[in-house]
Amino acid sequence: MSDPTPAPADDAREDVHEPGAAPAPWDEVAAALVAAFEGAVFHDSHGQPVVYVAPARLAHVATFLRDEQQFTTCLDVTAVDHLLDGERLVVAGVEPERFEVVANFLSHLRNRRIRVIAEVPAADPTVPSLTPIYPGVSYAEREVYDLLGIVFEGHPDLTRILMPDDWSGHPLRKDDAPARVPVTFKGDPGPRVGRVAE
Amino acid sequence: MSDVWEEVERLGRQTDEGAQELRPRSELVVTGGPWPEGEGEGEGETMIINMGPQHPSTHGVLRVMMELDGETVVRAKPVIGYLHTGMEKTAEQLTYVQGSTNVTRMDYASPIANELVFSTAVERLLDVEVPPRAVWARMLLAELSRMASHLLFQASNGMDIGAVSMMLYGWREREETLRVLEMITGLRMNHNFVRPGGIAADLPDGWQRAVLELCEIVERGIDDYDTLLTSNPIWVERTVGVGVITTEQALALGISGPILRSTGFPWDLRKAQPYLAYDQVDFDVIYTENGDCFDRYRIRLGEIAESIKIVRQCVDMMPAGDYRTQDKKVTPPPRARINESMEALIHHFKLFTEGFRVPAGETYVSVESPRGEIGCYLVSDGTGKPVRMHIRGPSFYNLQSMEPMMEGRLVADAVAVISSVDPILGEVDR
Amino acid sequence: MPLDAIPYNFLTGRLEDVVRWARRNSVFPATFGLACCALEMMATGAAHYDLARYGMEIFRASPRQADLMFVAGRVSQKMAPVLRQVYDQMVEPKWVISMGVCASSGGMFNNYAIVQGVDQIVPVDVYVPGCPPGPETLMHGILALHEQIRTGELLKRRQASPTGGAGIEIAQRDGAPAPSLTASTRA
Ligand code: SF4
Repeated sequence: MSDPTPAPADDAREDVHEPGAAPAPWDEVAAALVAAFEGAVFHDSHGQPVVYVAPARLAHVATFLRDEQQFTTCLDVTAVDHLLDGERLVVAGVEPERFEVVANFLSHLRNRRIRVIAEVPAADPTVPSLTPIYPGVSYAEREVYDLLGIVFEGHPDLTRILMPDDWSGHPLRKDDAPARVPVTFKGDPGPRVGRVAE
Repeated sequence: MSDVWEEVERLGRQTDEGAQELRPRSELVVTGGPWPEGEGEGEGETMIINMGPQHPSTHGVLRVMMELDGETVVRAKPVIGYLHTGMEKTAEQLTYVQGSTNVTRMDYASPIANELVFSTAVERLLDVEVPPRAVWARMLLAELSRMASHLLFQASNGMDIGAVSMMLYGWREREETLRVLEMITGLRMNHNFVRPGGIAADLPDGWQRAVLELCEIVERGIDDYDTLLTSNPIWVERTVGVGVITTEQALALGISGPILRSTGFPWDLRKAQPYLAYDQVDFDVIYTENGDCFDRYRIRLGEIAESIKIVRQCVDMMPAGDYRTQDKKVTPPPRARINESMEALIHHFKLFTEGFRVPAGETYVSVESPRGEIGCYLVSDGTGKPVRMHIRGPSFYNLQSMEPMMEGRLVADAVAVISSVDPILGEVDR
Repeated sequence: MPLDAIPYNFLTGRLEDVVRWARRNSVFPATFGLACCALEMMATGAAHYDLARYGMEIFRASPRQADLMFVAGRVSQKMAPVLRQVYDQMVEPKWVISMGVCASSGGMFNNYAIVQGVDQIVPVDVYVPGCPPGPETLMHGILALHEQIRTGELLKRRQASPTGGAGIEIAQRDGAPAPSLTASTRA
């Protein structure tokens, strides 16, 4: 709805879930990305251009987008934990991993968007930071680090942002306890029940 | 599209010619490392103070760490997370039907924008079309919500800067807006009215009159504010030239909404990438050149007037028909059928206990909330609950503009800056 | 002096009643707006609903000048120590109204981030239900509290709990024991 790029031809949509060769990008930015970066895979996600790249390439891709393609803003950096997925979107040519780091870019000047996704293995959840290129993602990367434990190399201050500093664990991971965490005071002698009456 | 788009293109052309470097400045760093402790004893000593998290002039539970040299802010650093609610985790436990109950509590000053972006994302994954009446009703509600939000800004901004009577005036009009929203949705806030597939109920009888009356009341109200503040010398003294930010800085920091527009960059998703039926209504994008607190106040005041314009057109052009899609997968059977048909009852029960299944996929949808671009990144795995629901809160990014705005200014200006960024902490911390 | 020699009218009453009457009519709330409920709290204070009718329109930013805390909204794990500190800074007698389901029980956010009920941290006098409670509901809660103050024990809380709060002691940063309200009140 908010995507300005024209809807792709119907045949482009049909072979989304089919294994085999990746469809040719109908989006010119995505085409440029796929041409410039070896191993980049284009995917048409409900009419939005998405490019899968290797995690180590993320910063190069961002630099390319900013300097060559006039992408003025990195809107958002987030991540997904695919540990417990029922059925998962399979994109031909992409090796699925547990984590996905997702970056959304917007070019105000060309009025178009693109999404870049990197598959990050659970064994080594590290990606290069985008803060040197787009300083605005600083908070977002801290949030992803805080909630999902993905390390952004080169971030000037990769600390917890939403949870208390002395929190342990990364709550948005699927295997982190979801509910009913007791109140954590320093020096809290325990729940109130049964002590007031003493 | 109107001259606004030409303006963006003009800025873009200038980039090519090199006249104006419209490229994010990468050397801008908003998060310095941990601050050294015990630095600067004796001469030129600086002091680190905390504003908040419990402080009247910060909006909600924002905490700002400031390093002061006398009364001048040397560095400022917002500390957030005091309202972290784990909504993104909760969203993974809720079905798609229940999901909008959850997201509406994020940006609680303009709940409709949250519901809208979430519902649109679900509909996109489902490939469901929304009937025209729902589209227009959503637009009407979104604009009413924008009015309520900007009226809240006028109230709190006035109070923070010292025009305490604005607090009462702003709330007076906002209360009227909430009354109309309550009439339509049943709740004053956190409506949970926009849902995947349409809206929860049809517009009630007599909504047109209520809405038109509201428009008149609010119009009178903003005239009052204009008289009270715009040429008020104290107000001008407190806001003009305070908290200046440039277009390049704003773009580099991912800032959107009125703050970006105050720097002379007329970017509004409603115009640039129209959603709902914004391409069929007539309104202007308000923008100014200076990027200071006064401009942000003026933009928001002007946007209330534009919203009124859109609301009036919605009243005129509201189509008849269904208020939600007739796709059985998403929409429960009508009340009358439940009473007579067992299948309908089971269908209804299943829809509200298990929810509907959404095919595996991912999408990012964004709309223009009163604070800027709100986005929803939604990943589904073919079950009834999302794998990941992430909201890109505009306030979360806008907050980063505080550092460049505050540095080198007085403490009193810092209050004006916080207020004019208009962050809603529920959306920042989620 | 015989009574009829007194040239003006007077009433007699118990000192306790006078104290309660005075307390009831001049409750000063501390602002503790946290989330959506805070907006309804502000709405209650604004012109339409006019909290000034109850002699409590001024929200005190400093906890030292306040004796009623509205916990308006969800309390996160990160906010909990702050909330407790603000509560400890308020002078006795003090009351707490837990506004909204989030503050009362965690509400719909039964997850890692939210304290499941603010009564785990501070003692609560009145729970106001709703999400958010409308201004009318909040005012009903305030009236309930007024009634409690008017009829309640003068020094009840101090006798019930040795630390003057929920009975939770928080270790101070410097390792010193928690400031004791008990020394004077217990004796
Ligand atoms: S009770 Fe409802 S309105 Fe109040 S803070 Fe919680 S979610 Fe918000």
